[in-house]
Amino acid sequence: MNQSVYNTPNTKPEINRHILTVLVDNEPGVLARVIGMFSGRGYNIDSLNVAEVNNNNHLSRITIVTHGTKEVVQQIQSQLMRIVPVHSVINLDKEGRSVEAEVALIYMFLNDENKKEAYQICDFFRARKIENENNTIIFEIAGASERINTFIKDISKIALIEIVRSGPVAISSINKNNKEE
Amino acid sequence: MSEPLTGAEIVLKSLSDQGVEVIFGYPGGAVLPIYDSLFKQNSIRHILVRQEGGAIHAAEGYARSTGKIGVVLVTSGPGATNVVTGLTDAMMDSVPIVCITGQVPQHLIGSDAFQECDTTGITRPCTKHNYLVKDVNKLSSVFHEAFAIANNGRPGPVLIDIPKDVQFATGKYENKEKNLIPKHRLFEPQVKANEKSIEDAVKLIANAEKPIFYIGGGCINSGVEASNLVTQFVEETNFPATMTLMGLGVLPSSHKNSLGMLGMHGMYEANMAMHDCDVMINIGARFDDRVTGRLDSFSPNSKKIHIDIDASNINKTINVDIPIIGDIKSVMKQFFSSWEKNQFKVKKNNLDIWWNQINEWKKIDCLGFEQNDSIIKPQHAIKRLYELTKDRKTFITTEVGQHQMWAAQYYKFEKPNRWLTSGGLGTMGYGLPAAIGAQVANPKDLVIDIAGDASILMNIQEMSTAVQHRLPVKIFILNNEYMGMVRQWQELLHGGRYSESYTDSLPDFVKLAESFKAKGLRAKKVDELDDVIKEMINSEETVIADIWINKEENCFPMIQSGSAHNEMLLNKEQKQDKKSAEKGKVLV
Repeated sequence: MNQSVYNTPNTKPEINRHILTVLVDNEPGVLARVIGMFSGRGYNIDSLNVAEVNNNNHLSRITIVTHGTKEVVQQIQSQLMRIVPVHSVINLDKEGRSVEAEVALIYMFLNDENKKEAYQICDFFRARKIENENNTIIFEIAGASERINTFIKDISKIALIEIVRSGPVAISSINKNNKEE
Repeated sequence: MSEPLTGAEIVLKSLSDQGVEVIFGYPGGAVLPIYDSLFKQNSIRHILVRQEGGAIHAAEGYARSTGKIGVVLVTSGPGATNVVTGLTDAMMDSVPIVCITGQVPQHLIGSDAFQECDTTGITRPCTKHNYLVKDVNKLSSVFHEAFAIANNGRPGPVLIDIPKDVQFATGKYENKEKNLIPKHRLFEPQVKANEKSIEDAVKLIANAEKPIFYIGGGCINSGVEASNLVTQFVEETNFPATMTLMGLGVLPSSHKNSLGMLGMHGMYEANMAMHDCDVMINIGARFDDRVTGRLDSFSPNSKKIHIDIDASNINKTINVDIPIIGDIKSVMKQFFSSWEKNQFKVKKNNLDIWWNQINEWKKIDCLGFEQNDSIIKPQHAIKRLYELTKDRKTFITTEVGQHQMWAAQYYKFEKPNRWLTSGGLGTMGYGLPAAIGAQVANPKDLVIDIAGDASILMNIQEMSTAVQHRLPVKIFILNNEYMGMVRQWQELLHGGRYSESYTDSLPDFVKLAESFKAKGLRAKKVDELDDVIKEMINSEETVIADIWINKEENCFPMIQSGSAHNEMLLNKEQKQDKKSAEKGKVLV
């Protein structure tokens, strides 16, 4: 459970999935600092997402999905706070309520035989076809990761596909009316 | 208002604004403009080392002996890669360092230019923070921020990489005062601790029956006042106290409550007390594996209080009952006021029983040894060194290995900031440059590097630095022709197969000293020892004293890897039980 070479007393550590949202100064090297800390200390990154969220102050939000015991995730949060450009680290699971979503783009190799069924599945999952200059079949689907998983599972049964996924982003859904930002 | 300055001039102005008096460095192509500005001024002294690794350890020695920030200036490429060990060392031991590296001009970055390396990339994990400064107008604010970060909260190294074109470019200088550093970049360290945890902790302390203070290097980083407050609190409670390798000197070694050092080569009574205690008060230590030994049997029956300024140290390896995040100086003040407000009293009767037990353990006399024949025992050599230097203001540095542990065990430290050793990283070659740094900061005092014959050769080139700058450091080599600690582990764990741990063809250290125009001395027999030590400490020159010691001597007591605090080996005859020996073998 920890980084020591010595065996530890804990019997059955409970490993859970956690979503950390990290607000950082958008400066060169900031992402390397964050992911370097994870790899250097042997923590897991299941997915990671970064984009600038405040153009005036150059702030970026990094969403990291990780898994580990309560202690490990607490340690990850403390270690993240030691990174100079990090403003805040919030464990969204700890906050209790949050919503998450991700986007996937799917390139489909379709023919006359499977086209109809594929379109039906896309329709059922509310995947949207993206028009493009080459007239190839690319669908976009957004939503909870589980829904995207099911969609991919279903569609890959009938067609050859190529997938790109963003990994989830998440935000706290707690009422913030009284708070700023 | 002010005239535009070149980047190189801004570097020097920032340093003098920050009160820097000395920098340790080595010139090269990518820092020539800075060296040119250095040449044109008189306020900052430059100590030219012989290898960049020496510069950063010297800066560490300077910082740790004074509490000020150590500053290093080196060139790009190999200059930068040579300081990586020292940066990691400073990171592990929380030493405030600002390291300036030159970089190839910006248009060459990424082209594999001559002496180019990705300095910020390489040093990211071994610095608290680092910068690549691309805009000369940001240079001064980067410097002021770097100095603040290096010293703020838990201290550490900060690196500033400056491309050569930025050193030549002209820009504006911003004063230290004007420069506002965004709060979050300084970690907003919690200086004052949460009152509720203070109350809980103090209550636990008052009700303790078998307590112990476990004191670490954080007390030294918090300043001399912190050490005094810790000592006063130890006296107020009359609890026993043990110190880590980094914490030696916080409580005077001669103090009646001091049990000495704990851990792998710590005192028997200290480790036994840690194992059996019911309340452990960790002040500025981090449950390092050299201290805890086997984690699942580490102090199994105690409630633990942990005071640390760095939240990431809490529950890292050992789960504690009352974590207190704050600066030790303010936390100790809070302890006192809560103690007085609640009129707490310790449980004197229980404490008497506890002290009786501890005194029983002390009777084992774990540091006992016999100096009977004419060959010098290393323990005896350190003991004599202590006796002959204790009345002077003496700074001791060490390299890493058996000699380091003997120094920690047999040299008695009475004050903080006098003991400079590489604890976390365990860097051989640390002692000589660190002694140079300490001597620069304390020119009138005695600075001794207690060294081993193997370690000293790792940075022996710095002899030249010491002689050039008239730094009368004393190098006290415990010479057994072995990498002693490696040999000891091979003896205990690898069937006595001394693979590559014997050093053949060692230099003649006396002649070596003389070749650097320093003084060389040698003691081969026990009756020569005192004279050599006296001549060494009374000399105004740089001295190497080559002390020939008993080659087979091992460092005891010892908790072997995989064992617990109450399973110490006291001498060669004892063996670790087979099961833990097998488990321990894989550990470091």
